[in-house]
Amino acid sequence: MSAASLRARGGSLGWMVLPALLFFAVFAVLPLLGVVALSFTNWDGIGAISMAGMDNWLAVLSDPVMYNAVWLTFVIMVVSWLVQTPISLLLGTFTAGSQKYRAVLAVLYFLPLLLSSAAIAIAYKALLDPNFGLAEGLGLPFLAQDWLGQPQLVLFLVIFVIAWQFVPFHTLIYQGGVRQIPKSLYEAAEIDGAGRVKQFFYITVPQLKYTIITSSTLMVVGSLTYFDLIFVLTAGGPGNSTRILALDMYLTGFRANLMGPASVIAVILVAVGLGLALLLQRLGGKNSGGSQLEGL
Amino acid sequence: MEARLSSRRSFLALAALTPLAAWTVTACGTSGPGTAPVGGATFWSLTGEPNESIRKKSLDAFNAANPDSKVVATAFQNDAYKTKIKTAIGAGQAPTIIYGWGGGTLKTYAQAGQVEDLTGWFDANPDVKSRLFPSSFGAATVDGKIYAVPTQTVAPIVFYYNKELFAKANAQPPKTWDDLLALTRTFNDMGIAPLSLGGQSRWTSMMWLEYLLDRIGGPEVFQAIFDGKAMAWSDPAVLETCAKIQELVTANGFIKGFSSITADSNADQALLFTGKAAMMLHGAWTYGGMKHDGGTFVQDGKLGWFDFPTISGGKGDPLNTVGNPAQYLSISAKASNAEKEAAKKFFKDGLLTTDEITAYISSGQVPIVQGIEDKLASSEDKDFLTYVYTLSKNAPSLQQSWDQALSPTAAEALLSNIDQLFLKSITPAQFAENMNATLGK
Repeated sequence: MSAASLRARGGSLGWMVLPALLFFAVFAVLPLLGVVALSFTNWDGIGAISMAGMDNWLAVLSDPVMYNAVWLTFVIMVVSWLVQTPISLLLGTFTAGSQKYRAVLAVLYFLPLLLSSAAIAIAYKALLDPNFGLAEGLGLPFLAQDWLGQPQLVLFLVIFVIAWQFVPFHTLIYQGGVRQIPKSLYEAAEIDGAGRVKQFFYITVPQLKYTIITSSTLMVVGSLTYFDLIFVLTAGGPGNSTRILALDMYLTGFRANLMGPASVIAVILVAVGLGLALLLQRLGGKNSGGSQLEGL
Repeated sequence: MEARLSSRRSFLALAALTPLAAWTVTACGTSGPGTAPVGGATFWSLTGEPNESIRKKSLDAFNAANPDSKVVATAFQNDAYKTKIKTAIGAGQAPTIIYGWGGGTLKTYAQAGQVEDLTGWFDANPDVKSRLFPSSFGAATVDGKIYAVPTQTVAPIVFYYNKELFAKANAQPPKTWDDLLALTRTFNDMGIAPLSLGGQSRWTSMMWLEYLLDRIGGPEVFQAIFDGKAMAWSDPAVLETCAKIQELVTANGFIKGFSSITADSNADQALLFTGKAAMMLHGAWTYGGMKHDGGTFVQDGKLGWFDFPTISGGKGDPLNTVGNPAQYLSISAKASNAEKEAAKKFFKDGLLTTDEITAYISSGQVPIVQGIEDKLASSEDKDFLTYVYTLSKNAPSLQQSWDQALSPTAAEALLSNIDQLFLKSITPAQFAENMNATLGK
């Protein structure tokens, strides 16, 4: 059946969205409404729930720890994007090619994708231990920094570990994207005398526009929910140096038993996430659903 | 078409995003309690050797003797358990027997009517009560009523040292705070860290404040905090305690990188027995860990211990100690009568049996049972066990660990502020101010 005939009968396929819609309503909309309701109450997770009015909102919005968490989340988001995007783009373009040993290297690059965040965090924690870590094992004293114990250093370590974990995933996305680009474009460019670098900037990157938007959306929105890795690696410390918004929400709710304020943070997190996703959609332009292959 | 596409994308984005945040707050602890056998009870406790095996042996023995009221146990990892049990109790899915640490958390359960009042049961079974350490009941008592059975072992905080390193430095264990400061210079000059500390775990740093505050101001200061008296954290003794901590940090008393070392991995203990650090303030439970992991370190008598140093002008009795007075078992108020009866039977006949007492002693721990001096004296670790037993028994005050004594809300704020105090990112005055805000919460 051709795509055109499918589209023509699209109206009758509306019911197919029902299961997804139902699932979404039960597991996303309902809990979300619950969280909004909880944000106006006092609850320790065990006893009775009592109304708190605006108290939780005022408390959270006047808490410097929350603003610090928002700032850290923002820094991690921006720096992660700046680090991961160029690396993934280049690696993706490379692995999409047909060089010698490419397959072997590609497999190596994808290894981190197979590990769970908790396992990665535990492994890095062991490697970065200033007394028993990599430095001790290899006999390289200059590596024996207090990597995870210095407030200024720890954030960049976290960004590095996040990049190590997620670059393979985005590489995979870009690899797929690059392989979709018609060979004829490159052949034409070669005839016109464009070199490798020019081909990359004038064909590969523009053709990957929507892949970049997809990958960026995943990175940006994903960075709001980096939780497991940081929770195991630093638990938000030292001090509040890596206490990002998602972690702040968890610690407030489940360690300090303050479900009300934790719900406020959750609502803020949802609002920020939605806002960012919509913004990235806009960045794609009004024409974001259109084809890039007009005329081919 | 394009408009439809874009709105569908927004919708999909919405679908992808909203659960991320909502899910973490709402969906947790979905699995119910283990199914109890007919006429029996369920019991959640902790993983981790040697106590997991010791508890299991006692349970097996009890279940074999009481086929009609079996207790089925499930074990969880320590930190995961603390969150899981809270969620389960909040959701009305608690096991019959709730393992805990007493104090502030037990108080929240008791005030929410989630745990049984056991006062009457103790009155009816005076033998159960009289054989245990009297000091162990404080943390089980809320508003004059007992809500938990103290069990297992007493674990005061002990100051350990590496005898080999002290011999090399020609040094003696410190008797006063000034001695301790002098030792930090001695060991730093030798290129050895004076004190091991697993600072990322935060409660490890808290042990320093507990002892210092008691030595400086006596147990009354924390009692005022515990009672929620206004401005209780601004007591001069608290400020002096915080200043002393920062003095020690500035003197490089703690090992470099202490704020990224965790106690869960026992890295702090390893620093002591591998000779990278000379001293360590830690729970009595670490003795067994060092004996197990430290090669022949403990067996060769290289591990020493001493009383926490005194502080000139301090009001606290030098015999006072801090730590965990016991572990605690409560009964869920939501359990059926048959389950409650089975649990009570287990409390009476199944806990701290002769075999269990022997097992704890041979693992290097002191069970909270009176009159076991002979057993301790004939054990392999008699020096250490007798020290811990005397320390606990003779202490005029055995202060329960603060993070257990306070409510979970205040405890989390405390740990976070202690972390910042050790990093010197807040001053003692800021510490007091931040903590005053948590009083009564």
